[in-house]
Amino acid sequence: MSGAEKISVRVTEVTALNELVTRFRFESLDGSLLPTFSGGAHTVVEMKDGDVTRLNPYSLMSDPFDQTAYTISVRRDDEGRGGSLFMHNSVGVGDEMVISNPVNLFSLDLRAKKHLMIAGGIGITPFLAQIKQLDRAHGNWELHYACRSVALGSYIDYLTSTHPNDVNVYYDDQEQAIDLECLFSGQPLGTHVYVCGPKGMINWVRGKATELGWPREAIHYEEFLAPQPGKPFEVKLAVSNKVIQVGEQESLLEAMERSGVDAPYLCRGGACGMCETRVIDYTGNFIHRDHWLDDEGHSSGEKIMPCVSRFEGKTLVLDR
Amino acid sequence: MSKFEFPTSILSRPVYGVLEARAGHQHLMIADAEGAGAILDIATPDLMAKSHIIFILKGTDFADELRALNPARFYEGPSYAASVSRIQRVLQDASMGLQLYLAGTEGLMGQVQSEAMKVGIPHTAIQTEHRGSTARRMQCVHCKGITEDVATDPFQCSHCNLNLFVRDHYSRRLAAYQAVCIDAEDPGNVPAQKGLYE
Repeated sequence: MSGAEKISVRVTEVTALNELVTRFRFESLDGSLLPTFSGGAHTVVEMKDGDVTRLNPYSLMSDPFDQTAYTISVRRDDEGRGGSLFMHNSVGVGDEMVISNPVNLFSLDLRAKKHLMIAGGIGITPFLAQIKQLDRAHGNWELHYACRSVALGSYIDYLTSTHPNDVNVYYDDQEQAIDLECLFSGQPLGTHVYVCGPKGMINWVRGKATELGWPREAIHYEEFLAPQPGKPFEVKLAVSNKVIQVGEQESLLEAMERSGVDAPYLCRGGACGMCETRVIDYTGNFIHRDHWLDDEGHSSGEKIMPCVSRFEGKTLVLDR
Repeated sequence: MSKFEFPTSILSRPVYGVLEARAGHQHLMIADAEGAGAILDIATPDLMAKSHIIFILKGTDFADELRALNPARFYEGPSYAASVSRIQRVLQDASMGLQLYLAGTEGLMGQVQSEAMKVGIPHTAIQTEHRGSTARRMQCVHCKGITEDVATDPFQCSHCNLNLFVRDHYSRRLAAYQAVCIDAEDPGNVPAQKGLYE
């Protein structure tokens, strides 16, 4: 079976935080301790929704050293493919679910002298775990958290009451914005910046840091791409000797799994590179959406990341 | 003898590039001897207005040429040992966005790199350009003593007098190549000494 090792869990708490965000608490089904993890890790949650199985990654936000339970916060996305809606509408206390062992693609660089965290909206979740990890190690950090309004700002009360001097909150509806130039100037050598939030925010932070001469190694970001719906297409899997149809609402990876092909994956969000697949032949156009392959990889016609990328055209033959 | 192309070697061996001006609010340029030439090659009035040059003479006379570039700050020192406390202080007070440029001998570049890593600059973010002497800073793996400016292979440890073989195995932390006893099995059987890269 591909992906990280699986854990059977029971949902022990469902807490609505605000209009959009709900928190879920998972404890292992057999009462055993869960693995510890490192701040920034995510788990892939399996959602069995009738005939459809979705596997969505969510950042773990609980204390990385608390082995009794994991918690995640899910933001409802009414426009998405339904994973978050399923969590909000169909998952309740007592339900059994399967999640993956934690995987970290957004870990702290512990060589940093200072950790400068920038969060947008639900992008706060990995930082909640990182802050707990750093507090234990007496780490030097500060958080700048932008959210839409007081009502939609998840965990603001918790953060500002526990860390009044390290947490700075900015409300869009009060026209408050992070003054990035000012924030970046005068940060001591050895500061690393971490950003998690909407794509625009990630690009803005990475762009500004690069422009100001911050080394690439000191800039960390995490953006989970949800697979986007698109036109159905047909794929030939050469190794499995199968021809499969990728539906409008499913990803290429999900279509392979539905057809019984055990394709490798880890993040399912275009970031980790695990699902990279060689293209044997094609006639048509790739719709690359990952940020694993570089521009050259995208234009080569030799590789595709089936977790988020699609294809439009007549023939696509993959080495899988 | 100003520019030298090192033969390709094991992964451990440092590889040097060619300096280029990069974006940043402050530029710290540290060079010794012929390394001055690498700074002269990239100097522009705009860049110099934000640059602090620390130059280690090592018996050369490039200081006037560098001073004439009119950098924001200029310091010349006779040796690395004489300059290191200044280098540490400048790094301590610097902020993110500082660009570090190193030019000259391997020993100088390696030692400053090691100081820079201590304050949190990733070693891959430091620019280097080799100029001048190809002599190496060597650590004897037996007595741990450092011998500076080793230009021959084998050489004699300046601390414990063992006959040492010059390896390409490098320590970024110590800023030194590793040297191993060459006649341990058969004391006195020492190959003829030759210059490095000959």
